[in-house]
Amino acid sequence: MKRAYLDNAATTPILPEVVEAMLPYLRDAYGNPQSLHQWGDEARETIEEARGQVAALIGAQTEEIIFTASGSEANNFAIKGLAQAQQSKGKHIVISAIEHFSVLHSARTLEKWGFEVTEVPVGRHGLVDADEVAKRIREDTILVSIMHANGEVGTIEPIAEIAKATKKTGTLLHTDAVAAAGTIPVDVKELGVDALSLAANQFYGPNGVGALWLKKGTRIIPFVDGGVQEGGRRAGTENVPAIVGMGKAAELAQHDMSSRMTRLSRLRDRLIQGLSSTIDHTILTGHPTQRLPGNASFCIQFIEGEAMLMLLSSKGVAASSGSACTSRALKSSHVLAAMGIPPEIAQGSLLFSFGLENTEGEVDYVLEVLPPIVDRLRQMSPLYAKFLKQQRGGR
Amino acid sequence: MPVYSEKVMEHFMNPHNVGEIENADGIGEVGNPVCGDMMTFYIKVDDNRLSDVKFQTFGCGAAIAVSSIVSEMAKGKTLEEARKITPALVAEELEGLPKNKYHCSNLGAQALNKAIDDYLKKLGKEAKTRRRKKDEGA
Repeated sequence: MKRAYLDNAATTPILPEVVEAMLPYLRDAYGNPQSLHQWGDEARETIEEARGQVAALIGAQTEEIIFTASGSEANNFAIKGLAQAQQSKGKHIVISAIEHFSVLHSARTLEKWGFEVTEVPVGRHGLVDADEVAKRIREDTILVSIMHANGEVGTIEPIAEIAKATKKTGTLLHTDAVAAAGTIPVDVKELGVDALSLAANQFYGPNGVGALWLKKGTRIIPFVDGGVQEGGRRAGTENVPAIVGMGKAAELAQHDMSSRMTRLSRLRDRLIQGLSSTIDHTILTGHPTQRLPGNASFCIQFIEGEAMLMLLSSKGVAASSGSACTSRALKSSHVLAAMGIPPEIAQGSLLFSFGLENTEGEVDYVLEVLPPIVDRLRQMSPLYAKFLKQQRGGR
Repeated sequence: MPVYSEKVMEHFMNPHNVGEIENADGIGEVGNPVCGDMMTFYIKVDDNRLSDVKFQTFGCGAAIAVSSIVSEMAKGKTLEEARKITPALVAEELEGLPKNKYHCSNLGAQALNKAIDDYLKKLGKEAKTRRRKKDEGA
């Protein structure tokens, strides 16, 4: 059976070059980077090289990179650590309504700790307006966190604009760049941010490793106590193979970025165009142009996402959905809700996210198998039956 | 995707009794698209027995499988027997449902019951109309 992995937003496949780079550190080079002998020295030099590679990807200095175990950890670290370090100045933070749960729920935790959180709404394309952020910055605002790009709907946020507002008031700005870094050009100086999160599994590196970039001189409370690793801010023996993998993946991403972007945008546009012309009552979610190169996200009306995913999976196609039924908590996507998409339409959420291994043939395969799936579920749907009756009645 | 039993997958991939019954004797609609699932059951009743059951469902794999199995379980049963189809029985018949999908089995049983209620209500009304017509004719 044909197979097409179109869920790169969840995690990208790991590149063979990355695996090769990691292998020696899973086998013979097992030293602890903190040890004072040759084994330790080799491991230490290796992670410092990887730190340099990750720093180069985002235009940062090597010593500003703190390795973490994931993008979610980097976000937790940034939100909780920066807020706690600044709390003598105030206890108010500002985030957008479409942040990843690792930011959103960290902010909820801060509320329990006595902080106040303000959410900035987004427009119907998921864009955060820099003026709307500026309006919400108060004298006691100590941190603003707005994501660089939303992995679910693909919208790229105007971070540099937002940074102008936070600079005026001297408020720290963190951006969750997990969906952006390694995929589109990200330069911390051009963005004007103070902290930025990224994750290797979004750019063909391994799962289980991420990084927090923290501008030199920015105070943060350590995330894991108990060791000197990562400048004493994140204790624990370093995951050397994963860090090496992230470094290699960063180097490749930096080198191939523009050709990758061209390739992915072509696949994305082919699917968006093809799907919009073959399936009626379909909405493209997210910004029409200001979007991630590999993101094609839709809402298909009158049917539900999980049922679509199951039928797609039976045809070998992997995709994802923000429908309530696909979430453990049975709540539909807060991102789609914040964009003003009604819940019954959000139930039909369907996301295809492209990666380097995908081909035009796979896009065409989706365009071949999806319309009959949609038809079949619509034939079953009381909502569609009602819609058809209304249409007939209207004539 | 949740881990579904083989039976759930079977009924999801090939659901039985999908559709609408024209001039159904009873219709039961439960849930709403906002909360995620919506089911409509149509029944045909002959001699106090469910001679035909059909459904339309908007929802996840579990919701569709539940609708299919409930329609199968109900077909041919008397109204009283059909009333005894509980969510637990539905889940059992499907060889289990993931915990967070139990509410789907509730919806299936509810929709069937509502269709029976609807039938009985209509029957009551019809009986009244018949009586009234008789009175008027007299």
